Amino acid sequence: MKKLFEPLTTAWTGVITHKLRSFLTILGIVIGVAAVITLMSVGRGAEAQVISNIQNLGSNLVTVRPGASTFGGVRGAIGGIRTLTMEDAQAIDEQVPNISAVAPSYVSNLQLIVGSKNTNAQVNGVTPEYLQVNNLKIASGSSFSGQDYERGTKVAVLGSGIAQTLFGDTNPIGQQIRMGNIIVYVTGVMQSKGAMFGSPDDTILIPLTAMQQAVAQPRTPQGGRIVSTITLTVSDQSHTQNVIDAITNLLRTRHKLAPSADNDFNIMSVEEIANTLSEALGTMTLLLGAIAAISLLVGGIGVMNIMLVSVLERTREIGIRKALGARNRDIWTQFLIEAGFLTLTGGIIGVTFGWGASYIINSLDVMTTLVSPDIVILAVSVSVGIGLFFGFYPAWNASRLNPIDALRSE
Amino acid sequence: MIKLEDITKVYPMGKRELTVLRGVNLSIEQGELVAIMGPSGSGKSTLLHLLGCLDKPTSGRYFLEGKEVSRFNAGELAQVRSKQIGFVFQTFNLLPRLSALANVELGLRYAGGVDRAKALEALARVGLSDRVNHRPTEMSGGEQQRVAIARALVKKPPLILADEPTGNLDSRSGGDVISILTSLHAEQGITLIMITHDADIAHHCQRIINIKDGQIISEEKV
Repeated sequence: MKKLFEPLTTAWTGVITHKLRSFLTILGIVIGVAAVITLMSVGRGAEAQVISNIQNLGSNLVTVRPGASTFGGVRGAIGGIRTLTMEDAQAIDEQVPNISAVAPSYVSNLQLIVGSKNTNAQVNGVTPEYLQVNNLKIASGSSFSGQDYERGTKVAVLGSGIAQTLFGDTNPIGQQIRMGNIIVYVTGVMQSKGAMFGSPDDTILIPLTAMQQAVAQPRTPQGGRIVSTITLTVSDQSHTQNVIDAITNLLRTRHKLAPSADNDFNIMSVEEIANTLSEALGTMTLLLGAIAAISLLVGGIGVMNIMLVSVLERTREIGIRKALGARNRDIWTQFLIEAGFLTLTGGIIGVTFGWGASYIINSLDVMTTLVSPDIVILAVSVSVGIGLFFGFYPAWNASRLNPIDALRSE
Repeated sequence: MIKLEDITKVYPMGKRELTVLRGVNLSIEQGELVAIMGPSGSGKSTLLHLLGCLDKPTSGRYFLEGKEVSRFNAGELAQVRSKQIGFVFQTFNLLPRLSALANVELGLRYAGGVDRAKALEALARVGLSDRVNHRPTEMSGGEQQRVAIARALVKKPPLILADEPTGNLDSRSGGDVISILTSLHAEQGITLIMITHDADIAHHCQRIINIKDGQIISEEKV
């Protein structure tokens, strides 16, 4: 035990006898580690936030959109062509296993008139399953029923954003909206899903059957009724890939695609989107960490600089130690432990500061931050590693000093 | 205990070479008290460094307690220094930021391990029990040199080498230091080799070796 502790106490003495210098030496490491922890926590926080937003859409959600077919070498834009039909949706519902609900929808941009207000919005003609499939919840009022759908009742459920735009602070329930050549009555308002691209907050849901009275739903040459998207939920997340494959096969057969032809539709699962986004954000986090790591590297060079000065200044001490019987190994372990000890201290202080900073950022509601233990362990061990790496050359230099020359130095 | 055979030491000085010791033959018995005298530049410090295994001779053989240490590598020489040799320097060579006790403990640090009780005992032996926690900067030159002696003797080495131990001291504290060293020799049978310019001090010793131009020119028994 003594053998183990003596170099440590020697290093500790070396550190505390040069307090200011030790402090300045580790400052670079403190800042570097704090920067790594803070930036990584911001990155990880953003990652977690985005993933949870997406999961909010319903993690079992699969969306089928028309598109991605090629005409004479020109790839059509997604949504630019009309290939999906109500009949496709029905076939999927009937023939693909492991699906809990299928909801086709037809989207059109319509002019809305409420009193003297006049605006444009995305109107979504849907089946009653649509809300459940898309994990949409009613905040006030009610949704429409299967019966409303059968009868083509002219009712509407509003996204929270569009409700605010159209009605301001007045209660929209029971109000009427003029939509093309029909008038619909508002029966409910949905809970907000949070701001994001294509947020359902800005759409209006009406029964698809009512929609057909407002606009003519186009038909394919074969007579199928065109839909914009088919959304569906998988009964169990583990079946997602099987379901996607089954739908792909079914639709290719129904659309009579040649084996060499590309799909004329596009299937995406929320799971897949979440994975892609989390990968992209992971890369961003890594980039942030790498930038911060540069400051850690600079801090390491600072450690080396100070250690070299320290060796020069303590040449006489090294000579005395050698005269007392210190071997080269004793000298370089002393300086190496001192460097490692300094940077370890710096690392721990840096983690504290970084953690604090990320906590403050989080509580200021600027951004969500997440400090994960792996980053903390990584940052601390990297800082010790830096100490040992950049301390090695000065330590080795110190150990090679000739005892007599070292003793004579002033 | 010590036997030098035809020891030479040559330092390279740029293109020229500086010969400091030319063929020194010397033997010293266990428990002897020896003074080395000579003008500056005569090579007496170099001789002491060689005896103390701080340096290696260019040629010749050095036997310490029967072992040919002139063939030892740096690590083995460090072992010899840590176990068998205590140094006392003209300039004390204490670590300024450490207390007297910590400085003495340093003498054990490379000789098997720090032992506080032994360090306190050594400080008591040189009469500094009341200065244990003082730093060198808070002590007089004589006290500092006594701390240095405590550091040298704490590991109970068979050989103590002193390089002008009183050179930086006034005559009274110089006298204290010499009496401590000679009593150590008398009580513990430590072999003591001391460089000095002071003929009075040299006459406290049993043998005086005179060096000039890198050679022993005369020896006298006191």
